[in-house]
Order: sequence, then structure tokens, then C-alpha cells
Amino acid sequence: MMRLLLSLLLFLAAPAWAQEERIVAGMSQNRVAIDATFVGSEILLFGAVKRETPIPDSPLGVVIVIEGPEETVTVRRKERQFGIWVNTDAVAVRDAPAFYAIATSGRFDYVLSEEENRDRLVSIEETVQVIENAEVDDAEAFADALIRIREKEGLYSLAEDSVFLDQSTLFSTSVQLPSNVVEGLYTAHIYLTREGKVVSNHVSYVSVRKVGLERWVFNLAHERPLIYGLLSLAIAGFFGWAASTLFRFVFRN
Amino acid sequence: MQVYLPIAEVSVNVFLLFGLGGLVGILSGMFGVGGGFLMTPLLFFIGIPPAVAVATGTNQIVASSVSGVLAHLKRKTVDLRMGWVLLVGGLIGALLGVQLFTYLRSIGQVDLLVTLCYVVFLGIIGFLMLVESTRAILRNRRATAPKRRRHNWVHALPFKMKFRTSGLYISVIPPILVGLSVGVLAAIMGVGGGFIMVPAMIYILGMPTKVVVGTSLFQIIFVAAFTTVMHAYENQTVDIGLAILLILGGVIGAQLGARIGLRIKAEQTRILLALLVVGVCLNLAVGLLIEPSELYSLGQEG
Repeated sequence: MMRLLLSLLLFLAAPAWAQEERIVAGMSQNRVAIDATFVGSEILLFGAVKRETPIPDSPLGVVIVIEGPEETVTVRRKERQFGIWVNTDAVAVRDAPAFYAIATSGRFDYVLSEEENRDRLVSIEETVQVIENAEVDDAEAFADALIRIREKEGLYSLAEDSVFLDQSTLFSTSVQLPSNVVEGLYTAHIYLTREGKVVSNHVSYVSVRKVGLERWVFNLAHERPLIYGLLSLAIAGFFGWAASTLFRFVFRN
Repeated sequence: MQVYLPIAEVSVNVFLLFGLGGLVGILSGMFGVGGGFLMTPLLFFIGIPPAVAVATGTNQIVASSVSGVLAHLKRKTVDLRMGWVLLVGGLIGALLGVQLFTYLRSIGQVDLLVTLCYVVFLGIIGFLMLVESTRAILRNRRATAPKRRRHNWVHALPFKMKFRTSGLYISVIPPILVGLSVGVLAAIMGVGGGFIMVPAMIYILGMPTKVVVGTSLFQIIFVAAFTTVMHAYENQTVDIGLAILLILGGVIGAQLGARIGLRIKAEQTRILLALLVVGVCLNLAVGLLIEPSELYSLGQEG
């Protein structure tokens, strides 16, 4: 939310020359349906730079960020106590996105300047921040651990040089959503940069939802938990009985 | 073939789950354990979130226990009277266990305590069983008939009751206490508790090995059913999709296991179960002692 307001503010405050180049963008899909056969999904992002003036001399950079819904995550650290490894310190990391994929048209720190990155919270490290915690003195390590674990699970990624730029006008990239993504509204930010400065940006949304049977089961489990629990039992009991009966029948013949 | 699980929110291979269910089902049918103490760690291993693995595991235990009990009922190897007495204790214990679990979670460290519970109980039981069954086999080799009925403190208590199927005339207090303590542990550890129940029935209550398996399964059905509904109601972590896949493999396995169990001698059954229990225990203990490659772990707030 903060980021949305911030970018709106920046958009309004930006002088007219900054908008000489505008982004016209599209996506292969703006909703991802999670059904029983869902194994992940690939989103194709593409677009063009619209301009009324000649192409400036400085090279064009594109940064594309797809971000999942934010949640608070507790990160725990193990320590050896009495000879065994035990969870000791815990730090709550607020506003950690469930998914965060960055694709750029060149080296990240070359395409986007340090100041711009800090102002707009683009890189993973800028996005995942810990609140100051009195109990531990190395809270940063917990944020780093969160990033490391999520990168390993394919939920956070930085893919440099993966946005293809054609004649400084057309760009495209594809982002892989793994099968362990969570539901929610995902945002796709596109930043156009020159010499590390953002000259234009564009936001669009992707909705990731469960559908069909998956939706029904999920809703039932959360809205009618008792009925759901009894239903699970009934199914279990039925299968147990059916298998036993079937086997007796098979063995008798 | 991959399938997406609605509650666990991950995509897994259908045949992998089917095979896992089948393997645990065979063990369940052979030894009269629900198999939860194997199933739960295996589900962690293939990437199912721990909370979902524990809750769904109990649901699968219901199915394989029902299937196993029906096979045992046919052969009249279930002491129903003993089963009901154990169940009274078991349900009270499960209720207490769930309260204890909630309390442990509120002070953190629940994972550690669950693992410690596993290591301690699996270790003690596995070791005792291993010693006892090895001795029994050696005794049989020397062809001396084992002494069956031993008189111990169990026989000195009041409220005696006749358990004809088991051939016992003992007080109801020990079975209720056994049921109760297994119930508490079952709820904390998220398993049916058969691996504790079976040895307790043999060594504390002195029941014949033949009826132990069926009676344990009978009791486990109700304790696991109760735990499943509690998990579904309190935490919404029972995944029907995952449960069905595990059950399909599990019930078939349980039927096969019950028939395999008939073919091998009681002492051999016991030594195999003992080896299995010790193996799982050592595996978990090593996990506690060796420095993990990732010291940090993620959890949801709350």
C-alpha cells in the first residue's frame, strides 16, 4: 500500500520531461487459476516504449518486478544448547512478500541506481526489512536467512539480463510461478530507466486464485471446519471398509 | 503425474503418495501400529508443511486402522472388551494432550518437544523390545517353553475384570492408565500411538501377542478420529486430497500387511518392529545432535 502511494506521489510530482517515454505493456494472462493439475505457471510480460521525441543517446534499461501478497513471517534461529540444536531467537519480519521475482535487461546495479533502488524499494534486500528488535542484535541476519530460504524454494529470484530489449523500444520477459505460490493479488511493476534513473513506470495486476474443486475444498475447510472434519473421517472410514470388503472378496475367489 | 493439494498448497506426485501410503499401510497391518510415526516424518521429507502432515496423517491412520481391524475381527483376534477400556483412557488422554499441545505452542518450542518425545519413547521402547525379542528367539532355539503368565503389581489392584479373548483377569486401572498416557502422547506427537500401545499391552498388561495388534488398531481408530476432527476444527490443516491418496495406498497395504503378519512368527514380528522403532529413533536423534545446514527456519506469525 505504502509503495502504491509512493509511486503515485512520484508520478504526480514528476516533471513533464520525465514522461517523454511511456510504457505500453501487456501480459500473457492476468489471472492464474490453481486447479488440481497446477504445477506452476509462466507469465509472459511484454511491452513497448511509446515516445514522441527521438530516442535519447543514453542506453535504455528495463526492470520488471512481480510481487506476491505480503505477510508477516517469523524467522527462528537454532543454537546448540545442552548438546542439541534448539530454536532460540525469533524475529518477526513484517511485509515479507510471498513471492518476489525481478527481471532486468542488464546488470541490476547498472540498470538501476542505488538511490532509485532505495527510494522505490526494488531489490529483494530493500523490500524485506526487519523491524528493529531489542532481543537480538543481528536482526539483519534473520532477513538474510528469509531471503536465502525463499530463494532456495524458487519464491524469490533475481534474473539479470532476462528482459529482452529490441531496438530500444520492444521488451519482453517471462517469469516462472512455482507450484508452491500462495493465493492473492500479485503486482507487476515495470520500470524504464536511463543511466540508472527511472524515467517511467507502469503497474498491472495478476490474480492468483484456486478454482473448481480446489476452491470448494479450501472454502469448506475454512468456513465449515466441523463438517469438513467429519467428512474427512467419513471418507477415511469408507475407504477402510471398502478395501477390507474388496480384499475378502478377492481372496475368497 | 502431479497433483495440486488444496490445503497443503503444494504440487506433488500422485504415485509417490500412493506408494508412501502403501508402504506405511503394510507396516500398519503387520505390526498393529497406525504408522503415524513413520508417515509424518516421510511427509515432511517430501515437502508437505508439518502442520498439514500431522493432521492429515491422523486421518489416514483412521482409514488404515478401520481396514486392519476388519481383517482382525474376521479372525477373532480383537479383544473388544479390552479395547473399550483402553479407549476410555485414550480419549481422556487425547483431550488432555490437545490442551497440553496448545499450551506448548503458546510458549514456543513445540517442535523440539515433539522430537524429544519421539527420541525418548522410540528409544526406550525400541531398545526394550529388541532385548526382549532377541532373548525370546534364543529361548525358542533352546526349545524351552517360555513362561507366559507372570504375576506382578498389575495383579494386585482392585476392580478386576475378566478379558476372555486375552485370557486375563486383571484390574481395569492399568489398561485405563495405559490408554490415558498413550492418548496424551498421541495428541502431542500427532500419531495414533500404536508403537507405544503395542509394547505396553504386551509387557505391562501381559496380553498375548496374537490379540494385541487387533485390539490396538481398534482403539487407535477412535483416538485418531477424535484427533482428526480436532485438527480440522481448530487449525484447518486436514487435506482431504492428500488423505485420499495416502488412504488408497494405505488400505491396500494394511490388508497385505495383516496377511503377511499371519505368516511370520510373533517373535520375528516383534524384532522387526523393534528394529524399525530404533531406526526411526536414531534418525531423529542424529537430527538433533548434528549441526543443521540451515540454522534458520520460517514460520507463520501466531
